[in-house]
Amino acid sequence: MNRDLRFTALKKTPFHSRTSLASRTNKYYNWNGFTVPTEYSTTELEYTAARNGTSVMDLTPMCKYMINGSDANKFVDYLVTRDLSQMEDNTVAYIIWCNEDGKVMDDGTIFKFSNTKFMLCCAVKSYNWLHDSAEGFDVSFEDATDTTAALAIQGPTSCSTLKNYGADDLELLKPFGMKQYNINGYDVLISRTGFTGDLGYELWTDPANAENMWDSIMEAGKELKIRPFGMHALEMTRIEAGFIQTNTDFMAAEDSLRPVRMRSPYEIGMGWLVHLNKESYFVGKRALKKEKETGNSERCLVGLDIDGDKPAVGSVIYNEKKEDIGIVTAAMWSPTMKRNVALASLKRPYGIKIKENIFAEIYHPEELEYKKIWAKCKVVKRQFFSPERRNKVPADLYE
Amino acid sequence: MAKNTHDVIVIGAGHNGLTAASYMAKAGLDVVVLEKNEWIGGAAVSRELYPGWKYSNCSYVCSLLRPEIMRDLELYKYGLQIIPYEGSATMMRNGDYYAHYHDHDMTINSIRRHSHKDAEAYERYSRDVLRQCKIIKPLLKMTPPDLTSFKPKDLFGALEFAKHFAAKDELGGLGEKEIYDTIRFYTMSIRDYLDEYFESDITKAHLAGSAIIGTALGPCSPGSAYVLLHHYMGEVDGSVGAWGYSRGGMGSITKAMTGCLNAHGGEVKPDNEVVNVITKNGRAIGVATKKGDEYYAKKIVSNLDVKRTFLKITEESSLPGEFVERVKNFKIRGSSGKLNIALDGLPEFPCIPEGDPGGGGDMHFTETIEEMEGAYDDWKRGEWSRNPYVDMCIPSKSDPTMAAPGKHYMSVFIQYVPFNLANGGWNEERKQEFGRHIVDCIAEFSPNFKDLINHYEVRTPLELDNEVGLTEGNIFQGELTMDQLMFNRPVPGYAQYRTPLKNMYMCSSSTHPGGGVMGAPGANAAREVLIDMNIPQKGNYY
Repeated sequence: MNRDLRFTALKKTPFHSRTSLASRTNKYYNWNGFTVPTEYSTTELEYTAARNGTSVMDLTPMCKYMINGSDANKFVDYLVTRDLSQMEDNTVAYIIWCNEDGKVMDDGTIFKFSNTKFMLCCAVKSYNWLHDSAEGFDVSFEDATDTTAALAIQGPTSCSTLKNYGADDLELLKPFGMKQYNINGYDVLISRTGFTGDLGYELWTDPANAENMWDSIMEAGKELKIRPFGMHALEMTRIEAGFIQTNTDFMAAEDSLRPVRMRSPYEIGMGWLVHLNKESYFVGKRALKKEKETGNSERCLVGLDIDGDKPAVGSVIYNEKKEDIGIVTAAMWSPTMKRNVALASLKRPYGIKIKENIFAEIYHPEELEYKKIWAKCKVVKRQFFSPERRNKVPADLYE
Repeated sequence: MAKNTHDVIVIGAGHNGLTAASYMAKAGLDVVVLEKNEWIGGAAVSRELYPGWKYSNCSYVCSLLRPEIMRDLELYKYGLQIIPYEGSATMMRNGDYYAHYHDHDMTINSIRRHSHKDAEAYERYSRDVLRQCKIIKPLLKMTPPDLTSFKPKDLFGALEFAKHFAAKDELGGLGEKEIYDTIRFYTMSIRDYLDEYFESDITKAHLAGSAIIGTALGPCSPGSAYVLLHHYMGEVDGSVGAWGYSRGGMGSITKAMTGCLNAHGGEVKPDNEVVNVITKNGRAIGVATKKGDEYYAKKIVSNLDVKRTFLKITEESSLPGEFVERVKNFKIRGSSGKLNIALDGLPEFPCIPEGDPGGGGDMHFTETIEEMEGAYDDWKRGEWSRNPYVDMCIPSKSDPTMAAPGKHYMSVFIQYVPFNLANGGWNEERKQEFGRHIVDCIAEFSPNFKDLINHYEVRTPLELDNEVGLTEGNIFQGELTMDQLMFNRPVPGYAQYRTPLKNMYMCSSSTHPGGGVMGAPGANAAREVLIDMNIPQKGNYY
């Protein structure tokens, strides 16, 4: 019986035949309309692969937009808060963008091929926003989400794995650099980027190459402790790295039902990406300038080091008078650092001027009863873990 | 002759010495660690004894190292990363195998192949052992109270100890039945204990291994059940009883500790063997080294085992006679040997299906408790076991830093091997004969094993004594039996890390809570030194 193709349930990525074969636990989730594994075997071992060997993750569901046109350079600089006027070809930059009220829409990475060609990679669907913002610019957009297969290859042995796969001289690629390869007859773009805070790369290719790429990389990493890696393990590594997740650590402006939930870059620790001295105007500049001048940012997003070993998932944060001062947005016990860490959104001046005498109320489930823990917290740098190998050039090789 | 003055001298750069030194340096003290070997780490080392291969040539896996210590000393900053085991397996002569996995349900499915009842009994067994682990966990960090003292500190300490024994905090209180269970657990043999749960030989043999590793007890000896608990009470990130590799070998642990110590102004001086503790009027005031240097300090902390500390480097005349007698009687019998092997490729073990994670951790080939007891019988006669219990693993299957890609390092721990070998003792020839015997035993289960061997190092209790400094080669620096645990460790009346000599302390695994690369003795000893110096302690451990 032929299926009526007008109806689409969750989509499968071009790696699905391989990821589903690798899954021992049959645990999947819906990421941006695609079916992808949350876990292949055990999260703990998958996490370890990212800190010990090579981890492989299907990134295809990420939103990917090609930005082409004679004004592409000018448009991108207008869209985002960061000053990209000096950005070199074949490099990648981490960026955020805001609406006119200076509230964050999303964060992502922008890939620059040339002044007339960029790729935007992000979490929230932005095709419509790109069009709305493009008035007066000579640019066109192409949603490449379904037409680009992407894999994250992360971990200490990732460079060696990819060299075995055919990425010659990859160790010389600098962080946030990218390079075009032709491997096994297919074009593969490799960028030294990732979401794990470790040495790592992301690969972008034609969906027709997906299965070959997966198989070849698994073979290339066979002696280098390679392992597919699901969303749960990624969540662990990204918290350790202090990376933020849209709609987890803050609400995207377009998704916030309640206007008070919208956040400015200053309120989510992204002030360093706002270049108010950028010559040209950018979306939200006026509002952000005002916020910076008046210093009326209400919240902040900070790292917490929490006493004890029970993760403060969803905990409310209090001051010593037991007044509610914020909430934990992401929390974990870090297997690498043996620290109980969290990201938390706090009401200023907590987290900025007041960093001591902060407490998390943790509800730890114990066989159908909760143990209530009042745990002392210290405000610390959000980037909890950043090993030296992450930015080393040439990258570490295992030979 | 150089004279050096510091706040604290630590004798021996093993993991406990370095833990104690790091805590004291973090508290602001000027600490020097004197180590006899040219390398640092004691029994937690990674050594390249064959070019291109790193050997964890003494201790080889990690579970017991307290996470609070790793956290306080920020060991990750200095490169420490623990890699959890994927599973474990016992190979059988009929070509089958028995396996445990990281995933509980996979383990249950695997046991069921051998016994349906055992698979379900395993749930009850896991619960009961976990309960015991929860009871003992808080005790590890505590200085044992002196039960004969009426000092408030000891009275409160005893109360605190008892409170934890009743596991009020962790388990919400135990009933009479559970307290009886605990006492039975501490005194039973592992055979009797496992018989209460399981029917199949292979299940019992696989589980009993943890009860004999490193001890001079057999599976039928009373007290062996506790040794199992000692191996289970560790954790890897909340997985109680889980084991893992230290990335880069066990030396990464002591290397990271040295990194922490250095960052806080402390120093390790290798190739500086302490030969004498200098005393004056019943106080320890310094040490003399083999090189002829003297070091003076306010406090001296010995990481050597209790026998070496008081029978080798301290003048007997400066110690009470009864104490010396007790130390002489301290049980510290070597029972283990080891092979460290550089392999040209991955050996095949046809019993275990290819790609089965059961082969990713420890592997064994002892199928019954009786076999195990037979291996112990050989040891009692002063012989190495003809049919030994081995705990073998290939860390390079998980750790990319031990050998080049495609090459492998294999660690084979062997039980039982005597310190005093019958008929003339150890010599080079007999050591090699022992090594060949073990290689032959493994080759029975791996057809290509012998062909892959590039090099191997044979370790007998004699080497562990001479080179590492573990008396008689006992890996726990003293037997883990009730008469030598808690307030009895190392000897009654001296379980609080202090010694008959004022200003001299012990921090080795001869003290509570014992061996296993736990770091707790070192951290506990540092706490007592800091208390005596009126220096506040900070951190997650205390």
